[in-house]
Parts: sequence; C-alpha cells; structure tokens
Amino acid sequence: MKPTTVLLRRGRVIDPRHGVDGVRDVLVRDGRVAEVSEAPLEAPPDAQVVDAQGRWVLPGFIDLHVHLREPGEEGKETVLTGSRSAVAGGFTAVVAMPNTKPVNDSVLVTEYVKAKAREAGLCRVYLAGAITKGLQGEEMAEMGALVAAGCVCITDDGRPVMNAGLMRRALQYATQFDLPVMVHEEDLTLSGKGVMHEGPTSTRLGLIGIPPSAEVAMVARDLVLLEETRGRLHVAHVSCEGSVRLIREAKRRGLRVTAEATPHHFTLEDEAVGDYDTHARMNPPLRTRHDVLAVREALADGTIDAIATDHAPHGVLEKQVEFDKAWNGVVGLETALGLTLAAVREGALSLTRAVALLSDGPAKAFGLPGGHLAVGAPADITVVEPDVEWTVDATRFFSRSRNTPFHGRRLTGRVAQTWVGGRLVFENGQTKESRS
Amino acid sequence: MRHLLGIEGLRRSDIEALLDRAEAHLHGSPDASHVLRGKVVANLFFEDSTRTRTSFEMAAHALGAEVLNWTMAGSSVSKGETLLDTARNIEATGPVALIIRHRSSGAPHLVARHVRCAVINAGDGTHEHPSQALLDAFTLRRRWGKLDGRTVLIIGDVLHSRVARSNLHCLTALGAKVVLCGPPTLLPPGLEALGARVTSRLDEVLPEADAVMCLRVQSERQSESFFPSAREFSRLFGLNAARAERLKPEALVLHPGPMNRGVEIAPAVADGPHSVILDQVAHGVAVRRAVLEVVCR
Repeated sequence: MKPTTVLLRRGRVIDPRHGVDGVRDVLVRDGRVAEVSEAPLEAPPDAQVVDAQGRWVLPGFIDLHVHLREPGEEGKETVLTGSRSAVAGGFTAVVAMPNTKPVNDSVLVTEYVKAKAREAGLCRVYLAGAITKGLQGEEMAEMGALVAAGCVCITDDGRPVMNAGLMRRALQYATQFDLPVMVHEEDLTLSGKGVMHEGPTSTRLGLIGIPPSAEVAMVARDLVLLEETRGRLHVAHVSCEGSVRLIREAKRRGLRVTAEATPHHFTLEDEAVGDYDTHARMNPPLRTRHDVLAVREALADGTIDAIATDHAPHGVLEKQVEFDKAWNGVVGLETALGLTLAAVREGALSLTRAVALLSDGPAKAFGLPGGHLAVGAPADITVVEPDVEWTVDATRFFSRSRNTPFHGRRLTGRVAQTWVGGRLVFENGQTKESRS
Repeated sequence: MRHLLGIEGLRRSDIEALLDRAEAHLHGSPDASHVLRGKVVANLFFEDSTRTRTSFEMAAHALGAEVLNWTMAGSSVSKGETLLDTARNIEATGPVALIIRHRSSGAPHLVARHVRCAVINAGDGTHEHPSQALLDAFTLRRRWGKLDGRTVLIIGDVLHSRVARSNLHCLTALGAKVVLCGPPTLLPPGLEALGARVTSRLDEVLPEADAVMCLRVQSERQSESFFPSAREFSRLFGLNAARAERLKPEALVLHPGPMNRGVEIAPAVADGPHSVILDQVAHGVAVRRAVLEVVCR
C-alpha cells in the first residue's frame, strides 16, 4: 500500500504534551504528522480529506497493559482479534503481557508475537518480557536478549515477585537497559485465598477477602528497593488509596516510579460483585468508594501516569462457574474511552488530563514513540465523536471474549476513526485490515 | 418464593409464614403427605452433610415426594464436569427442586440462574445456611412465643460460618438483637452494618443473652493461625460450666452441630438444662417440610 497523504480538517485537536486544544487542520504525510495548523490548509492534490468538524482529533491511545493470549490460549484472544479490539477502542499501540503459554521469557516468543502483530497489521504491538523464567519467581529471564528482541519492559504480571532479593536484583540489572520493571503488587501471604476486596460485601457474601495491605505492603517494599537501586518501577493496576499515597510521596522525592490505573478500578466498587457476578472478579479486586475516589484524584494530579485496561479475555468456561473458581479479569479495550469520559463528565479530571492519561502519559512512562501530535510524530491518531451515546454490547465486541461487567451500560463518546502510521485501521465500526 | 437461596432479603412476613407452616407440620398436618406426591426432589450434596441431607430427605418423604440422592464422590463432578452441567443434567431428569450443598459461596445462586426448577440452598461455602437459621428461629419462637426484644449471642468462628450469617439475617428480621462474639481474627468487617453488635469480650456480654449459640470451631483454623490453640480458644470463647452458671436462668443454648465437645461447648452444658440442641434437630424436619412446600408450590 502506498503511503497516503491525509488532511484531517477542522477537528478539535487536543495534544496535552504541547498544550494544544483547539480547532486545527492536521496534515499527515508518509505516516507522520506533517503540519498542524490553526488556519485552514489547502489540501494537496493527492490528499485524502477527512472532515473532522465536531470531532476530537487526539494522539492515538497507548495501552501499557493488555493480554493478547497468543500463543497458547487462542480461543480467548489472538494477536489479530486483540488488535482489532484495540483499534476499535482507539488504541494505536498496546503492550502485550508475557503470561502466555509458553511464557514470553525468550526471544522466540517475542519474535513470534511480533510476527503475528505484523501479520495483523492493525495497531503497534509492543512486548513485555518476563522478569523471571516461566514467571516462576525463581530465576531471572534473559533480560538483555529480551530487550534486544524489542521488549519495552519486563514484568511477571499476574504474579508478584515474592522474593525481595530477586526483585532487588531485577531492578538493579534493568538499570543497564534503562528498562521499566512493571509490577503486579500483591503479597500472596496477605491475599491468601481471597477472591474479592475484604469488606462488608465480602462478609455478607461469605467470600474470602483480600485486604488492601496485600497491595500496599508490596508497593512499599518495591519503592524501598527502587530507592536503593535507582531503577525504574512501573506499578500496574493501582487499586487503593494506600498505594496512591506511597507512589505520590515517592514521586515527590524524585524516584523514577510510574503507575497506571484501569477504568474498572476508577469506575466500580466491590459491591459490583452483586450476586456473585464473576465478571466483577479481578485482581486486584474492585475496592471501596474511598479507593475509587483516591485513584481518580491520583489520575487527576499526575500521581498516576496512564490509564491501562489490563484487557484480560476469558471464555465462558472460566467465568460461568462458582465465584471462587472463576478466573480473574475483564476485557477493557473497547470500553476504556467511554468509561474515561464518564469520569471526566463526573468532574473527576479534565478532558486534557484524560487524553494525556491515554496517550502522552503511557508513551512517556515506557519511552514509546507517539502519544503526541507534533510535526514529525508518528501519525497515530484517534478521532472521537464526543457526543454519541451508545450501549455496551459484549456480544458485538471485536475481542474474542465477552467478559465485562459493563454489558448494557450507556456510555457517551465513541471512536470514529483510528489511524496508525497514517493508515486508517478503524472507521465507523469496522476494522480495516490491509493484507490485500 | 421461587427459590430459597438465603435469608437475606426475605421479609419478616415470609419468614413467619414459613415458621407457621413448620408449626403445622410439627403437629402432623393431615393433608401433608399429598403435597408433593409423584414429584421428585433431588439432593445435590457436593460436600458431606449427613444431618442436613437426611433432614431434607425425611421432609421430602413426608410430603410424598421421591428423593434422588446424588453423591458427588466418584461422580462426573470428580471427572471434571462443571457445576452447571451437573445441575442441568440432573434437572433434565425432572425434579421439582434441587437441594444444593456446596463448598463455594454463591454456588446455588449460579445454578438458580440457569435452571427452571426450584433451588434450595442447603449451605453454600461461608455464605448462608437458610434452613438451619429457620429451624433455629423456630426453636426459639416455640420457647418464647416471639423473638422481639430478645438478645441472641452467637459465639465463635463467625468469619467462616454460614450459620452465623443466616441467623444474623433471620433473627434481626424477627426483631431480636444479635451479638457476635469471637476472636478478632474470626470477626470479618462490616458485621455492624448487617445489624449485629460485635465483641471479643465474652464474659461481658454473656449475662445479657437470652440465648447463646455456639458455632462449630474447625481444627484447621488453628493451623491457619486464626487462633493459637483449641485450648486457648476454649478458655476464651468456650461455653464451659462456669460460664453457663452466669447465664440468665431461662437462657437457651443452641448449637448447629456437629459439636466439638470440650472446645466450643462443654459436655455438661450441651446436655444441661439450658440446652435445646436436640429440639433443633427435631425441628429441622418440620421446617424443611415447610420450605419444600413453599418453593415447590
């Protein structure tokens, strides 16, 4: 496919990195942003012209935390279906977690997923390598090889590194690559057999609770290790007030810590478990109103750098079972924008901040290209129809899985177009695959 | 009432209607043997409980029903069949009700969402055991006439007790005050919000009680370090003879069974003048007849 020239006309451009918020024309050439102009631009003769009036033209969203399930669990998701789900949600780039089967602790798996992503040809798929071989928490994986193969961070996501000595050495070792170490913070001796947040709801339902200390204690430990090692720490899916407080304080002291929060953690409370709804089972669990508000505040004030979905596809077999036997996780790519905009409308954060959390923040946290719309930036662009109301219908997800607690929810704001490297990959509810 | 999944959410009038029917059954309701004639009731006990299973079985027989007992050891469940598949397969044989005992909280709720017949919760994980709470309330009501203004003290492992949760809902719905007492490690958060008073000081609350219910303490909780030893538990929270002497003279002592004699309750107290423990067992059948009658109607 030859590179196209595209002129996005008269959209409201919001580019938090450069303080832009206003009607602009955006000219895209050779996959990059060529011009951003307040005055209307004349369309070059070869240009495809897109009328973006009444729409928002945003830096493409970047999701630092998705599970694409390939290799190993292709029945739940594949790199292709996950990419479709991503671009349908306005994400132009995703970071795929390493807890596949086999685990991404080797160049072989990294290369395999990269090849699948090239084949899918929709969004950019970055890889996260494992911290430890097989995610076993015992021996460090070959970090140098993973970095050389293109991994942008390392993580044992889904599992904590319980061995503090090993965690310290991983942080230390990663400094030579300036690599962020992403952590799933959970002290397993505190979470035990817990299946939801420990509180009045778990008591009423007779379900074993997970106290916030299971997360907060590990955040504290890792911040102590971070201070000694001077590495880079990225705290995944922050769920509670205690974690937020520690991260805020660590940032104030200049530690290189970044953090993400998921739409479900800043939207739902533990009561969403309702009558044992396994779609509300996730790890970390949904917390209290107090925690939701603390996470929202942290999103607004910069303590949290990125909104990440922790997109975790599961099939009916994993969810239509007893609550304590259900698997953790929700799909998130296609509902993230609507839920984020709901938080904006509720006054939790500004629109600019929300856009930053979906684009600029994640790009900076992992040092990824994109996340902004300056001249020369990759033309990764998400065009949003801000006022369109729609109802979440899990049966129509592009994802291969349907596990969401948001089925039936009314949301406002929908992705109209997604551009990756100047190429239209999603428009009007359809993905544009380019294998012709 | 289509199912009996728990006491929570039942109205006082629903509970009283069930207890009134149980009273009629206790006196041998003359037409009762026709109520479920030709119908089948299925017992699905994924967890052993001879006492509850037998009690439901006797109740079903008394109403004229056939009982299918599905034992889960060696069944398709142990071959990896899901709970829903098992329940749907059994439902396909045509029972009017599934009586489910399961170690997972919420298991009967899951089944109830996917079958058309009635579902009766015979104890789910650490959530509820509604027929037990009904028979406890029934036992108290027969002694007291009504529960309003009475104080019931429940002692022991509240955290893991479905009996405690169901009783809390049931007793408060009937106007009683409930005090929950146990080591802090076995008192989960939010019990006050459900209407209970919560304490770890047994000797302070003991004289206020009109009834005391001792919960079974499982030895595995000791190895999980919820408390240091059975001996210490017994010293702090056991209903021993000395404590029984400080009860109100008319106070009643209950236990859902099976008892650990000498741990949560002393033998002399279990068999003593305050005890209504065997009444509870006898009342179980009448209460379960009432439950079957109401949900299978």
